[in-house]
Amino acid sequence: MIATFSRSDWLLLIAFIVIVLTLPWTMQPIGAAYPDLLQKFAIYGIFAIGFNILFGLTGYLSFGHAAFLGVGSYAALWSFKLLTMNVLPALALSIAVAGVFAFLIGYVSLRRSGIYFAILTLAFAQMSYNLAYSVLTPITNGETGLQVRAIRDSAATSLRDGDVRVIDQFLGIPEIGVPISNLFGMKMSGYSGFYFCAALLILGFFLALCISRSNFGMVLKAIKSNRNRLEYTGVNTRPYLIAAFVISGMYAGLAGSLLSITDPIAGAERMQWTASGEVVLMTILGGAGTLVGPVLGAGVIKYAEQKVSSWNEGILHNAVALLPEPLQDLLVWFFSFFVGEGWHLTLGLMFMIIVIFLPGGLMEGFRRLRRAFSGGRSADSAKTATTSTVQEKS
Amino acid sequence: MDAIFLQILNGLDKGGAYALIALGLTLIFGTLGVVNFAHGALFMLGAFCAVTLNRLLNTSFDRVNEAKVDFLGKPLVEKVPYLEQWFGPEVSGFLLDWSVPISLLLAVFVMALIGVAMERGLIKHFYNRPHADQILVTFGLAIVLQEIIRHFFGANPIPQPAPDIVAGAANVGGLLGLGDNVYYPWWRLIYFLFSALVIGGVFAFLQFTTFGMVVRAGMHDRETVGLLGINIQRRFTIVFGLAAVVAGVAGAMYTPILPPDYHMGMDFLVLSFVVVVVGGMGSLTGAVLAGFLLGILQSFASMTEVKSILPGIDQIIIYLVAVIVLLIRPRGLMGRPGVAED
Repeated sequence: MIATFSRSDWLLLIAFIVIVLTLPWTMQPIGAAYPDLLQKFAIYGIFAIGFNILFGLTGYLSFGHAAFLGVGSYAALWSFKLLTMNVLPALALSIAVAGVFAFLIGYVSLRRSGIYFAILTLAFAQMSYNLAYSVLTPITNGETGLQVRAIRDSAATSLRDGDVRVIDQFLGIPEIGVPISNLFGMKMSGYSGFYFCAALLILGFFLALCISRSNFGMVLKAIKSNRNRLEYTGVNTRPYLIAAFVISGMYAGLAGSLLSITDPIAGAERMQWTASGEVVLMTILGGAGTLVGPVLGAGVIKYAEQKVSSWNEGILHNAVALLPEPLQDLLVWFFSFFVGEGWHLTLGLMFMIIVIFLPGGLMEGFRRLRRAFSGGRSADSAKTATTSTVQEKS
Repeated sequence: MDAIFLQILNGLDKGGAYALIALGLTLIFGTLGVVNFAHGALFMLGAFCAVTLNRLLNTSFDRVNEAKVDFLGKPLVEKVPYLEQWFGPEVSGFLLDWSVPISLLLAVFVMALIGVAMERGLIKHFYNRPHADQILVTFGLAIVLQEIIRHFFGANPIPQPAPDIVAGAANVGGLLGLGDNVYYPWWRLIYFLFSALVIGGVFAFLQFTTFGMVVRAGMHDRETVGLLGINIQRRFTIVFGLAAVVAGVAGAMYTPILPPDYHMGMDFLVLSFVVVVVGGMGSLTGAVLAGFLLGILQSFASMTEVKSILPGIDQIIIYLVAVIVLLIRPRGLMGRPGVAED
């Protein structure tokens, strides 16, 4: 697979690595250089890359991907509770569980396509969400959310009172206060947590690049452009689709696991279908089918979420302080719809505007800008004729 | 026996709401070929028409009542609705009491307006875009609509009263000669009858008018209808408006049963989509039947006897049915073979 990388692919990969690793410095001017948000960038970047492998490459719109995220977080927490606070078993368990779960759901859902596929995945995700809230409370701890606790005193007390952490106890790793996830002693919070997530983001990006350039990726793209024609040529598309679905489910499981690692508490609201809608939006906003787009979209949305939802009327008043009083009030009244608790309104509007005017997402916007600035020379117009190849390159 | 009968009744009013929303969804999908994820939001908007009317009727001013004193010994300040000032206590009391049924008038007007505006302003441009785009843009619109409602009405459910005369429970058993131990809230019975009436009305409209004939022909084969020189676009707008009105009145009438909040639309939307899929995409009868069927199934699944055998079944029964139907009978219960069967 790596052999098929062109020179621009290598450049893209290197640029990606450099940009991700320097985020703590480059994000400083826009006030996003704190570990909590940076971790979110990386985690949702992974989620979106995984979603894009399904939606971007095959065109199958899943509305239930948050279920895998939720399953991944629960699996990671159970690994913390039962085995060890080391993150490696948690990651492995989450990815495995999410993969199996995705295989089961994908096996059933992928018998249909189009809207039916969207509704089937939505139905499964809602089922998981409802069950997590009701019958499965012994596993999910219902509305309170699952969290790690100190190791229980004796074998007689139940798991409700404390965790087991068999491996940690066996190795005699001491625990002081609230247990924090670690990688062989290195605490997974703050910047070390971010760099861990960033390393996995880079790995995930690299794998996505491999998939996109491989024969497997070519088949997926062919499914998107015309599945019937592909089947007439004798390709059985179903195994490919299931594989793509499982891989993207595993990415979601990985992201869910990282959410639990950086903040060891998991609630069922992560599985709600609005959460599935959010990852769809990230992918669309950045540009479905492009490699960098989903990561970009995830970053933009998480950044906007943090910033916009923290603004209030006072900040708005300061922002327009130079204007005359009545105009000021009018502007503040108008913009108060969109900030603070109204953040979701902004999100919905962004969603609509992107789908209506820029179906290719931000990456498409950049391409258009570049074309506009280069003055529409003949070389460029030739490129536009084969947009799909351009899309792959970016 | 009585318990079973009661569960069927329980399912009927919820089923009525599902059927009304699913009817609109199917109508839109069948004629316009558009998947409308904002349909639940239209249901929610209808419910808030009822809330708005109630608020408007309750708009009041302060009046000092010299005859009474409050706990500080000052003259009591009363809140008096303007209506009472203008028309006297009897008329205003009557209007307030019947605010939910009266709000239907407002809902029809408002929803027709919103429906037409939505079709002309947004949906029209998405006829030839892929289903994924339609789903996404209407999903975005649904978020926008519900957030606007949240901005004005807050996040808490707002209970709406049913008229006093039908506030109690009906002796259904006595009416049907089954003995005196089956009681059921009047308003839920009324909701069921109301939904049956609306469904009957829509079917009659499609069956017995020329307009309805064209719409039905359009659901069968849009292209041929267009080739016959019929302006199908203008009719699409009206169909969309009709679907919006049906969803709106369904929402307005549902408010005494379930206090409306801003995200009720989303909850109903997911279920209604499942209903449409189970009934068969593009089949109006299928949508209505599946709506009632799933409503009744859901109420049976929440019986304690059933729950003790299969814990949690009440939470997932509808989705489970949908999954099974989609897998063994992909076109749904009543879907025509070959229609949207991929």
